[in-house]
Amino acid sequence: MAREDVLVTADWAEENLDTPGVVFVEVDEDASAYDYGHIKGAVKIDWKDDLQDPIRRDFVNQEQFSQLLSERGIANDDTVVLYGGNNNWFAAYAYWYFKLYGHEDVKLLDGGRKKWELDAREVTADVVKREATNYIAKPLDWDLRAKRDEVEAAIGAKNLIDVRSPDEYAGRLLAPAHLPQEQSQRAGHIPTALSVPWSKAANEDGTFKSEAELRELYVGEAGLDEDKATIAYCRIGERSSHTWFALRELLGYTDVKNYDGSWTEYGSLVGVPIALGDEPGTK
Amino acid sequence: MSDSCAAPDQDAALPASVDIEKETVLTGTVVNDEGELVQGAYVRLLDGSGEFTAEVVTGEGGQFRFFAAPGKWTLRALSRYGDATGEVEADRGLNETKLAVSR
Repeated sequence: MAREDVLVTADWAEENLDTPGVVFVEVDEDASAYDYGHIKGAVKIDWKDDLQDPIRRDFVNQEQFSQLLSERGIANDDTVVLYGGNNNWFAAYAYWYFKLYGHEDVKLLDGGRKKWELDAREVTADVVKREATNYIAKPLDWDLRAKRDEVEAAIGAKNLIDVRSPDEYAGRLLAPAHLPQEQSQRAGHIPTALSVPWSKAANEDGTFKSEAELRELYVGEAGLDEDKATIAYCRIGERSSHTWFALRELLGYTDVKNYDGSWTEYGSLVGVPIALGDEPGTK
Repeated sequence: MSDSCAAPDQDAALPASVDIEKETVLTGTVVNDEGELVQGAYVRLLDGSGEFTAEVVTGEGGQFRFFAAPGKWTLRALSRYGDATGEVEADRGLNETKLAVSR
């Protein structure tokens, strides 16, 4: 897969704001960002209210996803361009959903909201209303999603990539430095997981690094084994979607899964192995 | 409690639970060439080795805030008015920095 099949530049986006069949979707956890200003014509998806099941700890199922996209006026054959704040974490997370549920043509806006704003490109607070569609999602593609038993079995057998900050990896922190410490019962990382913070895959303006830089990062520096399958995880699965995108969509590794249970699940499991400190540890 | 990894509102007052005697808070404002507060600037916290640690977006007051540890930090502001870099030798308590962005 080529970069231009999965990423669009801000220039391309600006030229295609009114192109029929191209739908821009802003994905944020902070809905006020969209209301304050968004790319012209973009609809909004709230990562929590729209993408998580309201009761069970899981994300929306096939029917719920179909209903969401139908309400937003997105058709099965539309080209969907996702963007958002936080260096596209939530947009990458939504991209993973679109792939999980079999959407054909979905892309990320490289740099997301950040690059758009830094370039001083136009945003609007206009209300966007698209006519409802009858979207039909495909069954969830389990080739892209890892569950906890599979993760435990992958210790020492597959590439595990921990994309949290080095302090979270080592067990010195349970959450990123700008948040209260919370949730999982134990600190540390999954034994044998390689530490490659998500931020290393991005430039400071939020765009993805080049494929050559990414390959050097994962294979050259971190020691990812290209002959093995890979599972990426973080704390709750959105930062790891960003890395999943870099590995599968940009570098073209075919067997890459995102473990959305991530550390909040793994760090609370009874009896599983955990490694502490800056080294991957052994099986 | 936050469910995600994104940054909280940067204009909000320090939560009462934050003990300023114990915490190391890096805070400050982003201003442009004209001295005006810049809303929507991206402020990145880099550790002593230049490694990315966290990023927040300034609100109406142009303010940013990080909870870190004593030591050397780099603050990097990106905005539509340009960029700025500031070095901080942080101690416990409030450490204030003004970042003046320009092209």
